[in-house]
Amino acid sequence: MNYAYMPGCSSHSSSRDYEMSALAVLKALGVQLEEIKDWNCCGSTPVSSVAPVTSMALSARNLALAEEAGYREVVVTCSSCYSMLKRAETYYRNDPAAREMMAGALKTMGRQFEGMVTVKHILELMVYHLGPERLAAAVTKPLKDVKIVPYYGCLLGRPQKAFDDPETPTSMDEALRITGAEVLRFDRKSKCCGGSVMLTKQKAVLRLVEEILWEAADRGADVIAVACPLCQLNLDAYQTRVNAEFGTSYRIPVLYFTQVLGIAMGLDKKHLALGKTFVPAGRVVNI
Amino acid sequence: MPDVRIGVYVCHCGSNIADKVDCAGVAEFAGGLPKVTIARDYQYMCADPGQDLIRKDIKDHKLNRVVVASCSPRMHEPTFRKTLESAGLNAYFFEMANIREHVSWVTEGREQATEKAKALVAAAVARVFYHEPLYERFADMNKRTLVVGGGIAGIEAALKIAASGNQVVIVEKEPSIGGNMAKLDKTFPTLDCSACILTPKMVAAAQDENITLYTYAEVEKVEGYVGNFQVTIRKKARSVDMDKCTGCGICYNKCPAKVPNEFDEGLGMRKAIYVPFPQAVPNKPVIDRQNCTYFQKGKCGVCSKVCPTGAVDYAQEDQLVTEDFGAIIVSTGFETLDPTLGPQWGYGRYDNVITALQFERLVNASGPTQGKVVLKDGTVPKRVAVLHCVGSRDLNFREYCSRFCCMSSLKLAHLAKEKTGGEVYSFYIDMRAFGKGYEEFYNRVMEEGIHFIRGKGTEVIQRAGELFVRTEDTLLGKYREVPVDLVVLNVATVPRADAEKVAQTFGIQRSPDGFFLEAHVKLEPLKTATDGVFIAGGCQGPKDIPDSVSQGAGAAAEALSLIEAGKVKISPVVASVDEARCGGCKACLALCPYGAVDFDDEKKVAVVNEAVCKGCGTCAASCASGAMGVRHFTDEQILAQIGEVLAV
Amino acid sequence: MELLHEDQVERSFLEEITAYPGGQKIRSCQQCGTCSGSCQMAGEMDYTPRKIIEMVRAGLKREVLTSKAIWQCVSCYACTVRCPRGIMPTELMYALRSIAIQQGYCSSQEDSAVFYNTFCDVLHKYGRIHEPTLMGTFAFKGNPFRLMGMAPLGVGMLFKGKLGLIPSRVANIDEVRKLMALTRPKEVKAS
Repeated sequence: MNYAYMPGCSSHSSSRDYEMSALAVLKALGVQLEEIKDWNCCGSTPVSSVAPVTSMALSARNLALAEEAGYREVVVTCSSCYSMLKRAETYYRNDPAAREMMAGALKTMGRQFEGMVTVKHILELMVYHLGPERLAAAVTKPLKDVKIVPYYGCLLGRPQKAFDDPETPTSMDEALRITGAEVLRFDRKSKCCGGSVMLTKQKAVLRLVEEILWEAADRGADVIAVACPLCQLNLDAYQTRVNAEFGTSYRIPVLYFTQVLGIAMGLDKKHLALGKTFVPAGRVVNI
Repeated sequence: MPDVRIGVYVCHCGSNIADKVDCAGVAEFAGGLPKVTIARDYQYMCADPGQDLIRKDIKDHKLNRVVVASCSPRMHEPTFRKTLESAGLNAYFFEMANIREHVSWVTEGREQATEKAKALVAAAVARVFYHEPLYERFADMNKRTLVVGGGIAGIEAALKIAASGNQVVIVEKEPSIGGNMAKLDKTFPTLDCSACILTPKMVAAAQDENITLYTYAEVEKVEGYVGNFQVTIRKKARSVDMDKCTGCGICYNKCPAKVPNEFDEGLGMRKAIYVPFPQAVPNKPVIDRQNCTYFQKGKCGVCSKVCPTGAVDYAQEDQLVTEDFGAIIVSTGFETLDPTLGPQWGYGRYDNVITALQFERLVNASGPTQGKVVLKDGTVPKRVAVLHCVGSRDLNFREYCSRFCCMSSLKLAHLAKEKTGGEVYSFYIDMRAFGKGYEEFYNRVMEEGIHFIRGKGTEVIQRAGELFVRTEDTLLGKYREVPVDLVVLNVATVPRADAEKVAQTFGIQRSPDGFFLEAHVKLEPLKTATDGVFIAGGCQGPKDIPDSVSQGAGAAAEALSLIEAGKVKISPVVASVDEARCGGCKACLALCPYGAVDFDDEKKVAVVNEAVCKGCGTCAASCASGAMGVRHFTDEQILAQIGEVLAV
Repeated sequence: MELLHEDQVERSFLEEITAYPGGQKIRSCQQCGTCSGSCQMAGEMDYTPRKIIEMVRAGLKREVLTSKAIWQCVSCYACTVRCPRGIMPTELMYALRSIAIQQGYCSSQEDSAVFYNTFCDVLHKYGRIHEPTLMGTFAFKGNPFRLMGMAPLGVGMLFKGKLGLIPSRVANIDEVRKLMALTRPKEVKAS
């Protein structure tokens, strides 16, 4: 089974580990992701803030490229890319004015988008398309005595409410449960970590990060599992500064859920890029 | 056929029609149509002078057909039919063209509107030419009324009807009558104890010789028509012989099986054999077979052993009875929204987030805590939050306002203050104190020192064991996280989960909000699309106690005005069979939504039961041989009408 | 409190906003504050999201576009999925920021605006975001303390192999630039 794949800009640098582990896990499941040729940045919050429709047009170009190449589904790992591409897809389907704008912009470069492509997050692909049974069958080294909180971040179910609940998503819970880990209740699973303002509103970001770390620690989590590059970087890299600011002593590894899955599937740790976190993954990795 | 002489009257409806339609022009146009003897325009045709105009013309110009171009026939067709009758013409020599709802209110330009009005008038003139005289008939009326749902609205309706000397049957699904009101502690705005004002009515209903109570029973099937309904009722097996039982209570004191008590909204426990609440009517127990050890495992039998009168009867079975009624009042009430639908409200997540009804049970002396307001750990809360509009006025849940929760929230705030002496916060969007004494009640509660925060209590979060309500104090323009110990969610009022089934059983329609639809939102709030079936109380929309009582009494008046007439008018606009052409294929029998078509086995033809037929025309449309027709909607009438609309 | 003079009210502002995807439904806002109560940044704002909506409706253009509030939004869409009237405050913030930049209301001291513009510049250059370029350029713009604040993160990322040094580029970069030029609102200076 082959899907078009939108890596997103950070997968080439800060979230190289996400991409590597995602591809490795999918490969082991017999799924091939094929990078959209010549994809461009989705625009994310910054472009939307400077020019709200430009980010839609940028996302539409990616969808058009995937469609031209004959794909019907685009799989996205980054939650921000997912949200932006889904936004473009949703506006294309439901808002005639936005559709006209996107079509018009694409036309000037001889491209078109017919709305044949749907955008899927990698969690959606794994849990709802491949299905829990297929994941379970690939688990060879179940995790024991590992407590995990699933942290979805804000953008997985929002704003489109596409494949998971916007308030209490469950897909990652399901994926992680298959690894044998104890998946803990996590009330702040869909709160925002402030990733989009991590360079500009640092004081506020530390407060948001602390909220999430607090509950993870309070529930006794060994690991926070994430599905978004910004969440990972933010929760991982800022733990020291949170501790300095709030007088706390959090030290909780933040791993991509694909890395956790990969460990349970017994994949070669090199392919899971486990050494890139600020807080070392430690015990979980050495099972 | 005598010479056809048609009068046409174009109504201005004040400015409603005249603003968009050149009424004089339309009348002038109508005057030139074939067979039209006279055509006029007038300001208000429905007013007495307008009707007098028609009567005078009928006399002076020997009119024998009348067309009025005005509003919807739903409004004034009966008015003008009576006008014709009073002038000695058959009422069915009348046709109405709707140039208000269909033209002036929905058409942009004056010229367009006038043209459309002309077309509709021409069509009505062409149609009325083919009208035939029809005669209304009467059937006998059964004088018994069925009340479905024994909440306060149903009880009130039953008491009023019974007082007139007529027979009523109340069918109640639960083991006791009383409905939602029985669960309340106090009632706004007077703070009367709910049970104190409700139980006298419950007892009165039980003791009234004209009222028969079927509790723990449901309506399965309704057949027949206004005046002559045949209703099948399932009397569920109580497993207790009501005649033998004395209500002594030994059985439920000894029963070993404990079940969450639904009457206490799951807060306390009851037994598998139980009386729902101390003031229940009838005050006799019922066995919940799903949770009874004897029924589930075949062992136990304690209740049977201890019963001094041998009333426990495990072998009892459901009984189906069919009874005849002339009128039906549906007062099946409402439910409240499942608060777990909004995880942000914290219900089910955090122990000390409860619903308004749960709070009512907590404060109530016969509730699970004997009236003490306590947290899960048994301590008294020092800070209580009451959240308004939880799921109401919200496109994500219920778009409508649930109407009485502002007032009930005020009452809950008052009770919380009274019972705990702590700080009480009320989070509201707009305070809707619309009823008699309600604004005064609001003032009183404000004086008591409740903290009113104008802002939706958006989210309940917990940190380090403490609950916080996140909100914006919109009057201050400040974001707040208010620490509290107990959160009370005043969740939206919603139609009952079985509303669709009930609606289908009784032939009731539902409005977009899911509640039962009244015949007219303002002028016929108690009638439904089915003659003889009335609605009252919370099944029609969120209602407080005074409104429910008023509607119950009103529905009783509706039922009585039918019953006391003794006869029911049967519309002559019904299907009729041309027996010579009927091939006896029976297609119409299966299609008729009212079961109004029977089959004559001797003649091998379809037969229409005119009392049951609604004149919908489904049979006529499906009839292959053209034998089936609907009076007043004959092919030639309809084709003439369509022909004119298309011709203009 | 000052009197709100009627000549301070820009009545066309509401229509300007309702033309954007985020502004379409703000006429039906019931001022319940669900957006603010859902917002994790509301405590950082000079005006809450609810109040911003009311100010837009009242025509207080200058106050809205020079506010700090519009730059605090983290685009988490919590308000959008909860709004009881189907309003999308996140999209509204996009529209307001965009207008504030185009029409010159935005302060040059507003970090977020500087960052977003830098982001657009990098995107314009490569078609993708090269994180080291973005962080580097932003760090050296304006405020010198920013560099100091960001340095530990950058060094850490470098050390952890989280910074790809060679920029990844879109081959048909002209297409991206054309898209941006076509859809980017023209800059208009405030009168």
